[in-house]
Amino acid sequence: MTRPLMEVDGISKTYTSRLGETKVLDNISLHVDEGEFVSVIGPSGSGKSTLFSILAEQLAPTSGEVRFHGDRDRGAPFSAYMPQKDLLMPWLTVQDNASLGLVLGGMRRREARMRIAELLPTFRLAGREKAYPFELSGGMRQRVALLRTVVQERPLLLLDEPFGALDYLTRTELQLWLADLCAQQGLSVVLITHDIPEALFLSDRVYVLSNRPATVRMVLEQPAARPRPLSYLETDQFTRDERRLLAELTESGKRHLTDAA
Amino acid sequence: MTTQTIERVRVVGTAAPAHAGSPRAAGGSGGMFWRIVSPLLAVVALLGLWQISVDLGEVDPTVVPSPVRVWESGWAASEQIAEATAATLQITLMGLLFAIVSAVLVASVLSFVPPLRQTILPLLIAAQSVPIIVLAPLFIIWFGFEAGPKIVLVGIVSMLPLTISLLQGLLSADPDAAALMGSMGASRWRIFLSLRVPTALPVAITGLRIMTSFIVVAAIFSEYVGARVGLGIFMQTQKNLYRTDLVFAAVFVSIAIGLTLFALTYLLEWLLLPWERRRKAVQR
Repeated sequence: MTRPLMEVDGISKTYTSRLGETKVLDNISLHVDEGEFVSVIGPSGSGKSTLFSILAEQLAPTSGEVRFHGDRDRGAPFSAYMPQKDLLMPWLTVQDNASLGLVLGGMRRREARMRIAELLPTFRLAGREKAYPFELSGGMRQRVALLRTVVQERPLLLLDEPFGALDYLTRTELQLWLADLCAQQGLSVVLITHDIPEALFLSDRVYVLSNRPATVRMVLEQPAARPRPLSYLETDQFTRDERRLLAELTESGKRHLTDAA
Repeated sequence: MTTQTIERVRVVGTAAPAHAGSPRAAGGSGGMFWRIVSPLLAVVALLGLWQISVDLGEVDPTVVPSPVRVWESGWAASEQIAEATAATLQITLMGLLFAIVSAVLVASVLSFVPPLRQTILPLLIAAQSVPIIVLAPLFIIWFGFEAGPKIVLVGIVSMLPLTISLLQGLLSADPDAAALMGSMGASRWRIFLSLRVPTALPVAITGLRIMTSFIVVAAIFSEYVGARVGLGIFMQTQKNLYRTDLVFAAVFVSIAIGLTLFALTYLLEWLLLPWERRRKAVQR
């Protein structure tokens, strides 16, 4: 049941400008199996967003290859992505924002709304289908954006710091809920984040990126079954990995500072 | 993206930035009442002051007629004024329609073709800078005395605010949102309709509002050279007869047309932007 869904094979990305070349990604390899939850964690400015754009097929790597295995609709991208900003359209109601991907993909509006209606309770949005985005709380907005992403039923979900702008309690609430949702629906997910507990709690595997140019410095397997109870935060595995990651990520930060000086 | 456009609308709209749940919200309906009543009071006060000054100063009515006199002689000449108003209104409305259609076409094309932007936009601004008083006789020489040339003339000289605001609105759409829609399978045209147009609407309505404030004047000027009927012709004739009271009567009619058009843009906004309607209702 665990066949690879996406393989990233030694990709590098170099931006060329008048001022010269900037290498952002250096020989990055990772893979996602079907039904797996994989996180990519790295310091800010490490090129996470560039990696994200490449995985979303919006940007081509300078070298290396991204291979997708599985069915994809003709011409459609392999993955559905959720950007950092929720990008809800202020002129669309919750149901129309959520069905945007379906409608733009060619589905009739009525049919799309019906599909959304079935999923609203799961996304804790029941009764809010006619609300406009400005009438929603931050957590609700993220759930609408996530619903819009999930309902496209692409083989892979890409989440770029989806909870970064939320307060601590709302973020934790959504992380717990997302853990349940992904496990229940067997979603295959790549989560890009700089939140260490979030990555450890949600993922089967965590890739740790170095500072720019980003390389994979470390891969942490998280074998515990998902979804995990809150008590997972007290396990030796979690605390040890959290400590290791903190050391790793801040150490590379220090090294970067000495390099610059 | 959206907060930006919303702020911009608010500058021209009358709603003061107030937040839901603030103490202001409680007195909301009173605020609405005063927004309508206070300008009316100002107008009444001004008219009163005017009347009193003319009465007390014993001013020659051919220099400054009193409001009452303007009303009485306007009423007496109402048939003539109505005929003139109908003609001017036709030019105004058709010119407005022409301006809207041209602005939508031009702004849409320019939003798709960046190189054209640099080429066409200066020309539009140049067209706006040529005084209508110069253009009007030229248009009559070129195209004749019918209503058609006047409509085109009014349209051309007044289309700029809408064109610019619409273009700016179309281009201000969030590129990340465009990329997201692209990843969902939307074509460029679909992104235009589903993202750029709704983003542009609030700003475009502001442009339209600015247009309505001077389009009547443009229509009146277009009559100055070569029209048979119209408020402009009427004013010119009455001025030559020293019927200042009738000139003022015609001025009031043209003000009324302008204000009505201006108010209609709010109705249009209400109809086109249901989400803004709800947001303002919350803030009030």
